[in-house]
Amino acid sequence: MLGEGILKGMAETAKNFFGSYFSAERLTTVQYPEERIAPIEATRDFPFLVYDGADWEAGLRCVACQICEKECPPKCIYIEKSADKKPDYVGKPQFYPAKFDIDISVCMSCQICVEVCPFEAIKMDTEFELSTPDRFGGLLLDRKQLAKPNEHYHKIHPTEAAQVDARLAEGKAKADTRQTNAAIAAAVKGAEIPARPPAGGD
Amino acid sequence: MFATLDQVFVLLEHWLVGFLPAGWQPAAGVVLSVAVIVCLFPALFALTVLLERKGLGRMQNRIGPNRVGPFGILQPIADAIKSLTKEDIVPTRADGVVHFLAPVVQVVAVFMGFAVLPMGRNMTLVKMDASLLFYFAIGASTELSVFMAGWSSRNKYSLLGAMRAVAQMISYEVPLLMSSVAVVMIAGSLSLDKIVEAQNHYSWGLPHWYIFTPWGFAGFVLFAIAATAETNRSPFDLPEGESELVAGYHTEYSGFKFALFFLGEYLAMFSISGLGTTLFLGGWSAPFSFLGRVPSWIWFFGKLLVSMCVFIWMRGTLPRLRQDQLMNFAWKFVLPLTMLNLMVAALWHFLGDGWARWAVCSAILAVSYVGMAWVEMRSQHFGARSYRYAE
Amino acid sequence: MAIADNKTEKPEGWNRPPVMEPDGEGELLEVAMGPHHPSTHGVFRMDVALDGERVIRLKPVFGYLHRNHEKLAEGMSYLGSMPFTDRLDYICPLTNNWAYALAVEKLTGQEVPERAEYLRVILGELTRFQNHASSIGFLIQEMGASGTPLMYAFREREKILDLFEALTGARMMVNYMRFGGCRVDASAAWLDAARKVVAGLPGFVDEMDRLLSKNEILMARTQGIGILRPELAVNAGVTGPMLRASGVNYDIRKVDGYGIYNRFNFRVPLGDHWDVYDRYMIRLLEMRESMKILEQALKDIPAGPVMDPKAKIRGFRPKPGEAYGRIEAPKGELGFYLISDGGPNPYRYRIRPPSLINLTVLEDMALGENVADVVLIFGSVDIVLGEVDR
Repeated sequence: MLGEGILKGMAETAKNFFGSYFSAERLTTVQYPEERIAPIEATRDFPFLVYDGADWEAGLRCVACQICEKECPPKCIYIEKSADKKPDYVGKPQFYPAKFDIDISVCMSCQICVEVCPFEAIKMDTEFELSTPDRFGGLLLDRKQLAKPNEHYHKIHPTEAAQVDARLAEGKAKADTRQTNAAIAAAVKGAEIPARPPAGGD
Repeated sequence: MFATLDQVFVLLEHWLVGFLPAGWQPAAGVVLSVAVIVCLFPALFALTVLLERKGLGRMQNRIGPNRVGPFGILQPIADAIKSLTKEDIVPTRADGVVHFLAPVVQVVAVFMGFAVLPMGRNMTLVKMDASLLFYFAIGASTELSVFMAGWSSRNKYSLLGAMRAVAQMISYEVPLLMSSVAVVMIAGSLSLDKIVEAQNHYSWGLPHWYIFTPWGFAGFVLFAIAATAETNRSPFDLPEGESELVAGYHTEYSGFKFALFFLGEYLAMFSISGLGTTLFLGGWSAPFSFLGRVPSWIWFFGKLLVSMCVFIWMRGTLPRLRQDQLMNFAWKFVLPLTMLNLMVAALWHFLGDGWARWAVCSAILAVSYVGMAWVEMRSQHFGARSYRYAE
Repeated sequence: MAIADNKTEKPEGWNRPPVMEPDGEGELLEVAMGPHHPSTHGVFRMDVALDGERVIRLKPVFGYLHRNHEKLAEGMSYLGSMPFTDRLDYICPLTNNWAYALAVEKLTGQEVPERAEYLRVILGELTRFQNHASSIGFLIQEMGASGTPLMYAFREREKILDLFEALTGARMMVNYMRFGGCRVDASAAWLDAARKVVAGLPGFVDEMDRLLSKNEILMARTQGIGILRPELAVNAGVTGPMLRASGVNYDIRKVDGYGIYNRFNFRVPLGDHWDVYDRYMIRLLEMRESMKILEQALKDIPAGPVMDPKAKIRGFRPKPGEAYGRIEAPKGELGFYLISDGGPNPYRYRIRPPSLINLTVLEDMALGENVADVVLIFGSVDIVLGEVDR
């Protein structure tokens, strides 16, 4: 009958109107910035560099392999390798980045840099309130601004950070075993056990 | 005590006017009442605008404005300041005088319509014997202002929009009038005060409002449809729709003049709701006889606010009709039904008291409505469909 | 502003309405609708020639959002193009990712583990659901219902976007599918959350149905408007809900059976009247079918890896050859055509955008219609400018 559809539609909106006073389902507004939605763990905004320990320069995991710079789709990472080396978390001397700039006005948060990094050195942060009145330098983050401790990583992505720590611990354990074996071999060599006679002749 | 409360405004006016010499008193009384109306209805307009935004928001699962003042109460003030401080742009080729006068004509005409609405017991500004006639005559002048706006802008699109708006308003004037004529016939007078008096009786505690009769109910529904179209409200708001090619007759208006058009539209809504209330909902009379102590002006404004809510409700739900469809609807559906309603009202009067007239009139109206609806949908080729799935 | 003349000869069987001639004297009113347009589809312009209220000629003008995607991809590795595919049809990033991953997997011959296929289906159908909900919302918004159905659609869409964020890290630009599976696995908690969301979706579709489908004003505005004849639709290469609303039974999920779609039980709705109302209803019915697929997939998803351990995502050089990977995206047939010359970057990267191909019949649908209906017809095509312009 003519008018029935209209009346049903109006009943629907009336239900939503009155429902908005009683159920949160019917009033989904979250009034930012006074109210905030609980952050979802996996969310990603812009990259940051992880360092272990207290000294950000000594503990920086990045070894300036420049894979992330190559794979970054909008090419927002700029790395300059250092001239000397410093020991990494297993003790092996590695290069480190003398310069590591990310232009977050170009970065599109695709997290390919995180995916391709072999050293778990760069991860995604969750901060997005980064507006600044400085148009030219304010959105170009350098090494110091990007370096954040491993504790920060644990705070923002606990599950992921736990998995990364497990992987790194495994890697360190393997590297330690190798080191111990190499030390034993060197000690054995230096203890002057007579060398075996040459095999030829018999 | 309740009687005093009921007449409090009248007594207040008499007291204030009493300070002046006797020769000036009638004129001063009128000026005072006019001043009250000119201040009161724009205040109601501000309240309605806020109510609309919050109401639409709640219907759409969101909060309306709530930053300016608690619950957004000061939002209309912010809107008013914005519209007053905007630059007033008048196109160089536009006809300056007419361009300036168009919003003024609209607002003045609508205010004049308020003069004859009975807002409470003894609270009509001007008591006339033919106040309904006066109301419709003045109401038609708002259409003039729409055309003035479109014509003076010297803009092809504004003119097209204005012509469409005027065509719509004129087509719906006829059903508006015809549904009111039924009331006039039964009440026996063109005076709005007498129409309210005729409805102010109670049987078993229930009022004799005309909406509770078959012809009155049909008349009210048709009046409501015509009123929505008269004031260019959804679903008949094509002339001012934003997603339309033609932007409407108030394209070339900015700043305060645009605010005046907006004010005029909402005041017209109040005015026509007030008329509908007076004709069908008993004006200032209370719904139940035991509630008769509550002041009459509270009932009138309460019913007005309820009508506003229904307008806002319709706006939030219904998409808009295309121009030719709404004209079609007016001439081929609403108008024949109003003429039939007139005859049914006459039948009601002549059948005398008793349940027979209820049954006969309701039956005639129901059958004719269903029949016309069927014819209308057939001729427009639309209807429910079912869908098949691929094998 | 000259509008191209359409008096050229058309081949037999074109089934196009005759060229409109204005009746009466007087010039045609030539108007440009857009690119600043209130109907919410993006930067798009229609040059329309009107005789009174009737449309005599209509030329779509686009390119305002051209971002050189195809050329950029030639200088970027295969992995690097994946985030850019998100930005094509930006309302449905997961299906864009899927089509591209499918094309590269065809090129390299990569296999995909079963759990990844199930996850792809779940995410694809969630994307389809929220795309159709938004599309219906936008259509009604253009009709003037002050955005109420749109707000309801977005309320449901928020729940689905929250699911996406929990799994992929981003609400829209997800960058999730990889060549050989998916980037991260979905935890049991996520699957439970997904089941809860899917359980709430039928109520929403019923709400929209009650609000809209029998609404007389909606029916009066959309029935009989914008008719697209099936022969024209097939000849013009139209795909997706538009094609099915013209009665042609062609759904790539059934035809190709890509992924594991032939394991699921779902139907393909078809329209008989070929107008705007049919397109709206087909989208609504497809939402219901998507819910069925989602329930089945969430129930049957097996355990296992989501990425082939031997799959390389970066630094691989596919052997020289070509591959065309296509899926039934919510807007139509989305295809990626890749030519590899043995290097780390593609030699040619071409996208078949469904919105662009569907847009070519806009003039045919709009000729002779009222100008107030052109906006509705355009809304029923359901385009996204990111895909049209790439």
